[in-house]
Amino acid sequence: MKEEKIATRQSYGEILAKLGEKNREIVVLDADLSSATKTNIFAKQFPERFKNVGIAEQNLMGVAAGLATYGKIPYVSTFAAFAAGRAYDQIRSSICYPKLNVKICATHAGVTVGEDGATHQMLEDLSLMRSLPNIQVFSPSDDTQTKWLIEEISKNQEPTYVRLGRLATPIIYDKKQKFEIGKGVQHGEGTDATIFATGVTVEQSLKAQEELEKENIHVRVIDMFTIKPIDKEMIIKCAKETKKLITVEDHSIIGGLGSSVCEVLAEEYPAKVVRMGIKDRFGKSGKAEQLLKYFKIDSRAIVEKIKSIL
Amino acid sequence: MKITKVEALEEIAREIRTEIIEEVYQAQSGHPGGSLSCSDILAVLYFNQMNIDPKKPGAKERDRFVLSKGHGAAALYATLTRKGYFDKELLKDFRKVESILQGHPDMKKVPGVDMSTGSLGQGLSVAVGMAIGSKLDSAGCRVYCLVGDGEIEEGQIWEAAMCASKNKLDNLCVVVDHNGLQIDGRIEEVAGLVDIKEKFESFGFYTLTVDGHNVEALIGAFDTAKHKKDMPTVIIANTIKGKGVSFMENKAEWHGKAPNEEEYHQAIEELKAR
Repeated sequence: MKEEKIATRQSYGEILAKLGEKNREIVVLDADLSSATKTNIFAKQFPERFKNVGIAEQNLMGVAAGLATYGKIPYVSTFAAFAAGRAYDQIRSSICYPKLNVKICATHAGVTVGEDGATHQMLEDLSLMRSLPNIQVFSPSDDTQTKWLIEEISKNQEPTYVRLGRLATPIIYDKKQKFEIGKGVQHGEGTDATIFATGVTVEQSLKAQEELEKENIHVRVIDMFTIKPIDKEMIIKCAKETKKLITVEDHSIIGGLGSSVCEVLAEEYPAKVVRMGIKDRFGKSGKAEQLLKYFKIDSRAIVEKIKSIL
Repeated sequence: MKITKVEALEEIAREIRTEIIEEVYQAQSGHPGGSLSCSDILAVLYFNQMNIDPKKPGAKERDRFVLSKGHGAAALYATLTRKGYFDKELLKDFRKVESILQGHPDMKKVPGVDMSTGSLGQGLSVAVGMAIGSKLDSAGCRVYCLVGDGEIEEGQIWEAAMCASKNKLDNLCVVVDHNGLQIDGRIEEVAGLVDIKEKFESFGFYTLTVDGHNVEALIGAFDTAKHKKDMPTVIIANTIKGKGVSFMENKAEWHGKAPNEEEYHQAIEELKAR
């Protein structure tokens, strides 16, 4: 991990503006949050291809659907709470059912939104989105991965949901790192435990891995940035190769990464899984770092959990 | 091929109505009331107004139609088959499990359907997106969107209306099928929906009010809309729910009910006699 920190929303905004130069069919839509979602970088460069619909998320998704039927590639941004939550039926009926090429890039997911508190901390989006047919769901962990992903999805025609964060996190991956849709990224070969993480919890898990090494506990971390399609092979392989399995996410333990891993294992290779995440409750105000600690999804909580189950 | 003769368009509307009754009777389910109310509008759009070619349903330069009131599917299917998008025989399988003709229109299955709809209030936003797409490419496509009057109780309609006028979408024409009834009764009573024209006006629309069963008046309104610059148009089409079948006319109960055998024969007879 490098010292330099950047939030995935910032990485998104930067790569989107670059993509806009290469691909003239890309149109960007926002609902009055362009300075926070970072679509304002694109808006400044390509004002004619940027549409602000105002605080109207239902319309936001519908307009994107219409542009997609016309052959444009709409990238749509607002906060995750208002994308996956407020406009759920529009995503379901107007985007997923007709399988339209809309890229929903939702920022400010999870408790790491911080001070804005519960109403703005989306903890159910992975659950809501991955249960919809026809959509792909991603939750990238760093700058390199986010930039790769945002470009990669522009090459296919799939309805897509990308979960992005507000909190600045370290750059984990070298520019040369290879990624693939549907494939998790393995860090380390440890066999004492596997930590499946996604988004901001990948950093916390890698820190925990480092701490545990000092105590001669060897764990591997899997960056599950692709929630749907999920990397079944990786999950089964880790269940076979490691003694303990834990999942950790800045999301409800219901329906997100933890549930996805459990679903695969229940059918393919039954194993006990410990789910770390937000435990069936709403978030609260505070600093992002404090909240990671409060909700026990920081590196220290992961270290303690692993030591307690080994 | 554009049909300009009023009698010929009226005849097409009558054929559409007959097929609606056939479809709903065969399926023993569906929405006859709101399908019959919009038959003349569809006949004028598909046979007199829209720049479309059934041989090229995906042509980029075509005009587009969004049936935001997706429960009018029976009317849209009858119109599309009459226009030559697909075989009329398929209408017999309306709402059946293997059919392309689902209860609400599915653009992935049915040639000529420009957008899948069903969950009310969503089609106008999609039409706005289509109209913006055409503007970005200076393609000159016109986009038509048919909404129910009950449907415009949905808040999203007004989000979309604001967006349409902000973007000066003069290539967008909305039609309100104003039959005055929704499932639970009159729109004024169920939801307090009044002053539709004034509402759209205040949202920046050019508004026209016509008799939605008068083919000539509809042609006139659509033609007028084409010449209006820098703002979207809404045509408030005053219609009768169940139009053309005496016992269905102005009856909310015929919103989503199929006729029995006796009613079916009577409906077909009445439509023949017109």
